[in-house]
Amino acid sequence: MSFWRRFCRNRSAVVGLIILAIVVLIAASAHLLFPEDPFKLVGQSMSPPGENGFLFGSDTLGRDVAAGMAHGARVSLLIGLIATTVAVSLGVLLGAFAGYFGGWVDDVLMRVTEMFQTIPSFIFAILIVAIMKPSINSVIIAIAVVSWPAVARLVRGEFLAMRNREFVQACHIIGMSDWRIMVREILPNCLSPIIVTGSLMVATAILIESGLAFLGLGDPNIISWGFQIGAGRTVLRSAWWVCTFPGIAIMLTVLAINLVGEGLNDAMNPRLRERT
Amino acid sequence: MNTSSKNTDSVVATADSPVLRIENLYVQLPLGSERRYAVEGVSYDLAPKEILCVVGESGSGKSLTARAVMGLLPAPHVQYEKGQIVFQGEDLTKVSEARMRQVRGGEISMIFQEPMTALNPVMRIGEQIDEVIRFHASQPRKLRRQLALQLLEDVQLPDPSRIMSAYPHELSGGQRQRAMIAMALALEPKVLIADEPTTALDVTTQAQILRLIKELQAKHDTGVLFITHDFGVVADIADRVAVMQHGKIVEIGSVDKVLNHPEHPYTQALTDAVPSLIPRMAKEVVSAPILEVRNLVKTYRSGGGWFGLGKPVKEVNACDSVNVVLNDAETLGIVGESGSGKSTLARCIVRLLSTDAGEIIYRGQDLCALDRSSMRPYRSKIQMVFQDPYASLNPRATVGRIITEGPVILGESKSEAQSRAREMLELVGLDARAFERYPHEFSGGQRQRIGLARALALQPEVLVADEPVSALDVSIQAQVLDLLADIRDRLQLSMVFITHDLRVAAQVCDRIAVMRLGQVVEQGPTAQLFDNAQHPYTQELLDAVPGREWSRLRALS
Amino acid sequence: MSQAGKRSRYVLKRLLHAIPVVLAIIVVNFFLLQLAEGDAVDVLAGEAGSATPEYMAQLREKFGLDQPLPVQLGVYMKNMLSFDLGYSFRHDMPVSQLVLDRLVPTLLLMVSTITLAVGFGIILGLVAASNLNTWKDNVISIFALISYATPLFWVGLMMIVVFSLKLRWFPTSGMENVAMFYEGWDRVKDIAHHLVMPTLTLSLFYLALYTRFMRASMLEQASMDYVTTARAKGLTERRIVFVHILRNALLPVVTMAGVQVGSLIGGSVIVESVFAWPGLGMLAFEALFSRDLNLLLGIFLLSALLVVAINLVVDLLYSFLDPRIEVG
Repeated sequence: MSFWRRFCRNRSAVVGLIILAIVVLIAASAHLLFPEDPFKLVGQSMSPPGENGFLFGSDTLGRDVAAGMAHGARVSLLIGLIATTVAVSLGVLLGAFAGYFGGWVDDVLMRVTEMFQTIPSFIFAILIVAIMKPSINSVIIAIAVVSWPAVARLVRGEFLAMRNREFVQACHIIGMSDWRIMVREILPNCLSPIIVTGSLMVATAILIESGLAFLGLGDPNIISWGFQIGAGRTVLRSAWWVCTFPGIAIMLTVLAINLVGEGLNDAMNPRLRERT
Repeated sequence: MNTSSKNTDSVVATADSPVLRIENLYVQLPLGSERRYAVEGVSYDLAPKEILCVVGESGSGKSLTARAVMGLLPAPHVQYEKGQIVFQGEDLTKVSEARMRQVRGGEISMIFQEPMTALNPVMRIGEQIDEVIRFHASQPRKLRRQLALQLLEDVQLPDPSRIMSAYPHELSGGQRQRAMIAMALALEPKVLIADEPTTALDVTTQAQILRLIKELQAKHDTGVLFITHDFGVVADIADRVAVMQHGKIVEIGSVDKVLNHPEHPYTQALTDAVPSLIPRMAKEVVSAPILEVRNLVKTYRSGGGWFGLGKPVKEVNACDSVNVVLNDAETLGIVGESGSGKSTLARCIVRLLSTDAGEIIYRGQDLCALDRSSMRPYRSKIQMVFQDPYASLNPRATVGRIITEGPVILGESKSEAQSRAREMLELVGLDARAFERYPHEFSGGQRQRIGLARALALQPEVLVADEPVSALDVSIQAQVLDLLADIRDRLQLSMVFITHDLRVAAQVCDRIAVMRLGQVVEQGPTAQLFDNAQHPYTQELLDAVPGREWSRLRALS
Repeated sequence: MSQAGKRSRYVLKRLLHAIPVVLAIIVVNFFLLQLAEGDAVDVLAGEAGSATPEYMAQLREKFGLDQPLPVQLGVYMKNMLSFDLGYSFRHDMPVSQLVLDRLVPTLLLMVSTITLAVGFGIILGLVAASNLNTWKDNVISIFALISYATPLFWVGLMMIVVFSLKLRWFPTSGMENVAMFYEGWDRVKDIAHHLVMPTLTLSLFYLALYTRFMRASMLEQASMDYVTTARAKGLTERRIVFVHILRNALLPVVTMAGVQVGSLIGGSVIVESVFAWPGLGMLAFEALFSRDLNLLLGIFLLSALLVVAINLVVDLLYSFLDPRIEVG
């Protein structure tokens, strides 16, 4: 309850939540709003917005840009969520082990993390998708593979700090198992930064997905915002709308998620908010 | 802004007229706080060449009063409301910001509790001193450097020119505080505000810094406003004392009057709560060892790393062949300064840390030889109470879960554990309803009681207490110490009591072992150690206890 | 130890740290090759049979594909370490030569982007933090929020629509106007003219990032004890902000800038392909289209090396800013 009130005190977070809710609603009802396959050629090609019954115009082949955007919302959110879930799970697991056990476990895991952070992540993602052949699975795997190190570092830091807290030492003294200390005692105390980072990561994942799709590395059977923009860039001169509207959709969605993430941060760490 | 205020130098302060006068000062707390005012109607004077100690427990408003004088209240949450702060005839609450900047650092300066965080970590000490001089007096660079070197020498820092080019992290805690003092006294201010300047330091360093402040104060005729929570320090340094509680002054007067003949009940309670340096009556110690530490070695290694190119390899002998014996139903004190290895010893005894060599023998069994599973039956026998009441309880667990977890893990049924947890809560003086609540709903002292209940729930024979009262205010400290003594006697517990505070040790321990740099330099019955210390370090420690003379006189009367 | 001694030791340490990272990247490369369909030679030859069968056979022998995996890995590492990245039949050139040729335009783009993003990010963050909750802070924060949420390629395309197609201020693509045969200063100016939009596009996201980070860092440092000390010394707010807080606040920003270099190179793939900037990113885009996986792997390796190198420079810079290296 008080959490909700603290969240609402941040007005921009509420705005973000509303935008996000609208995007989710559109994504969920895409098949009702636009029952036709978004790849289907439904009318006059290159229609400007508002003409020939196209809210946001049509592309070179006469596909409805608005329909693509509605269906694309579903893909973006889905990929963002799943990739983040995978990345967070992996990051929490590895980070927790590194931070809790320290020593050589930490050395090895952190060196691996360091390497993953050195690798230019977007090029790495491109390579993974290119080698595995573009599909929804390869895109999710690629995003997760380049995203987990940030979570691992965060969780490691939290566990490292908690490991020497006196309440954890007290657990050792009563003979509690390491597994139980990690899961029951430490993890609940670092959930809030994990949730905040996770929510911000969904936004990043959506950006990566759109970038991949823009380069032609999306699942060829699924429409997405990045794909629409990539397909429309050749007609930038004559049909600006094909690129413009899906881009706005990406921007609004990512912005909304970022705002919600910051709102969560403020609400979960009230002390931090006091300071700034 | 107003030019008249700049002419204050012409107002000559006579020996009698106070250099600083606070009158009916009110400082507001943010809405929704426990109290409306952090400082409520406070008035006091500071005469030139005088040391006025403002003493009080945490939250008494003693620090905020001082911050208000400097115009450094943590805005926007805490704000000045009304009242006067008159410095040499000039009301500082009404002057311009530009004039206030002249006053700060130049005419009134301040030193803080934590010399590490109070110095800029990426700026050389010399530069940090120089900028005070530069901002208040226009002098050529060369003169400024000479002055800075002189200042560092005055605060008795070795090799001033090296210190000038050092960064704060390259100095020890005591050296940093000396550098802070040098900076504060650079322009011979009329008033020095010292906000708990020795609280973060070891007792021997504290004694040196106190002596230094007193010397310099006498030499430069500075008025010192000294804020502290420690009555021992007050006794050593103060000319006059003001006692604060809940934002108000409850008593003010000469050091003799306030310390030896306090009138206000709060002052009486506070001075009574200060543990005496005269050891309590020793118990008849029957030599029946329950726990023996033999030749214990624990070395911390850091650095090294790949190709030996990490930090230089550093080895710290936290425990260097330590031998101590704990007899049945006895309290053994382990006393030492930070870095002496006393906490490491405690953590080795409860098997939180692995040992490098030596034995820890509990009832004939060497615990160091046991692996994780064979250690299990012994876990409950040796329990620990921690120092920090805010870090020692899981904030996400109910008090009930915190206390029952141990017994349940060691095989007790849930209902059994619960009923005993309630018993334990009552034993440590808490309501059994605390069971359902979370740690943040309790005060520091109450949390320490919860931590004690957690340890007792396992029905241990040995209790290791690591500085259990050093994070508490003096009145709470006395209550928790009484509780510990009571429970120890009732349950016939043997106790290892780690502390840096010889006063506490005198009241709690039957025997004391003094540690320094990982070694036990001396051990013996408490009274014998206090009356006739053999090792020079023990003597040094005893001499450094603040308020020693005061305690001696008090015990006589 | 002297400050300079500490510093060189620190940098040497970072240099040695980079070695296992480089080796690990090569190993990752090798396993990516294994993941691809067909045997490695199919990939190395650029698929689609553009290589001669003789060359394929020669390659198989060279890579010891009949040998067990660890041996193959050893051979692969040996080749990579001698910078033998294979041959691109699409471009009819050794991969190493191809990527090195494209390195300079990418470096140009990166250096200008980092300068712009870090420089302005620090300034904007500073302005926002020192005017907390005023209109300046709000405008900067909103600008940063939006820039942070906008995909790079879309920014690029919109800039082309507005500044190239509508206003005709900047060229749509390329690095220079080859047909004009400019020389000397004229050529520099021409390249700079082409550089403006790619740099702006790529730096926008990072500018937002550093602005937000700098603002937060300034605010955090402003609440530190040493700032109270500085006030108690009677210093002016100006000096407190610009000397005391700023230097401490810069430390995490510099670290962060180092961490972000990798992602910046990734961003350059998109920006270069939008503006047809003839760097590594553009090459990667072309390789993607022609399914020249080996070339892609070569680009990946080189860009990873680039990140390692830039990180070393950042570490060196950091060692000048923070006297506590080797201690904390």
